[in-house]
Amino acid sequence: MTVETPLIGGPQPVASNNEDSPLNGVKIGVVTFPGSLDDRDAVRAVRLAGGSAIHLWHGDHDLHDVDAVIIPGGFSYGDYLRAGAISRFAPLMEQITAAASGGADALPVLGICNGFQVLTEAHLLPGSMIKNNSLHFICRDQRLRVENAGTFWTSEYAQDEELVIPLKNQDGQFVADNRTLDELEGEGRVVFRYVDGNPNGSRRDIAGISNIAGNVVGLMPHPEHAVEAGFGPDSSARGEVGVRGGTDGLGIFTSVLKKLVG
Amino acid sequence: MPRIVVDVMPKPEILDPQGKAIAGALPRIGLTGFAGVRQGKRFELTVDGDVTPEVLEQARHAATTLLSNPVIEDVTRVEVIEEDEQ
Repeated sequence: MTVETPLIGGPQPVASNNEDSPLNGVKIGVVTFPGSLDDRDAVRAVRLAGGSAIHLWHGDHDLHDVDAVIIPGGFSYGDYLRAGAISRFAPLMEQITAAASGGADALPVLGICNGFQVLTEAHLLPGSMIKNNSLHFICRDQRLRVENAGTFWTSEYAQDEELVIPLKNQDGQFVADNRTLDELEGEGRVVFRYVDGNPNGSRRDIAGISNIAGNVVGLMPHPEHAVEAGFGPDSSARGEVGVRGGTDGLGIFTSVLKKLVG
Repeated sequence: MPRIVVDVMPKPEILDPQGKAIAGALPRIGLTGFAGVRQGKRFELTVDGDVTPEVLEQARHAATTLLSNPVIEDVTRVEVIEEDEQ
């Protein structure tokens, strides 16, 4: 399967691979900041899941009527001050924060890695990320457990289902005070937890969390790098797969598409 | 031109991995007199003109909204320094 890589630069829709699918009408915006790295991978993941992807530019003031937003991984603004700190004040982030904080029809937002860091800096999610306790940049295939299959971004998984997706970061240690951690646990807002070893010292093995409504989810590992056989991890939580055959991350993207189609 | 110095430190209860790494390196160069290291940040905001109360208030606002993250860091100093002062 070949996936055309569109040029970054404008909010042109990138149609899904299957134009007959009802999911094709769902428009997922992917934000590009200066220093974003995985924006094209997120666009590709949306297409492979059957949706339409729209490139959004951080300096824009318009969400272009997208139905959901993905804030991708990378090093936005070079991570110079703190990871995600400067991106929080980008014009588009103000639009996203307002839309994601609404009531029942709040905008679904997914933050992956640096995107998760941006969501904590924007106060859409609690806590923060500090350097990995090993001080090393970690790049490995990581096993996670879905602890809440009720969010916009996890509904295609079973409760407690495990998945293997790549993890790659330096500032991945999730921290929050104990009261916040207890709240997250009590309200079912720990969405993903590391299994088979905590890679970075994250409090209570937390890999991803959500807001109360479940429309905003952030996680450190990268589901968009495990969506197509031949280009994913060498392993899967579902059993043996071929070389680079892991596609456990695809469900994140089909979850939001199916939720939005209803 | 006058400068406003803003110091930001990791909160005491947050483990500071960078400070820990530095603490581990000191004995390697023969410096064994230190029990621990914490690493913070110093910002210098240069003011074009006088430091009015409004400008100082803006510096305090910058310190708590952009320069630090209250979840993991404390602002430990917001202070005007003179030209020859460090």
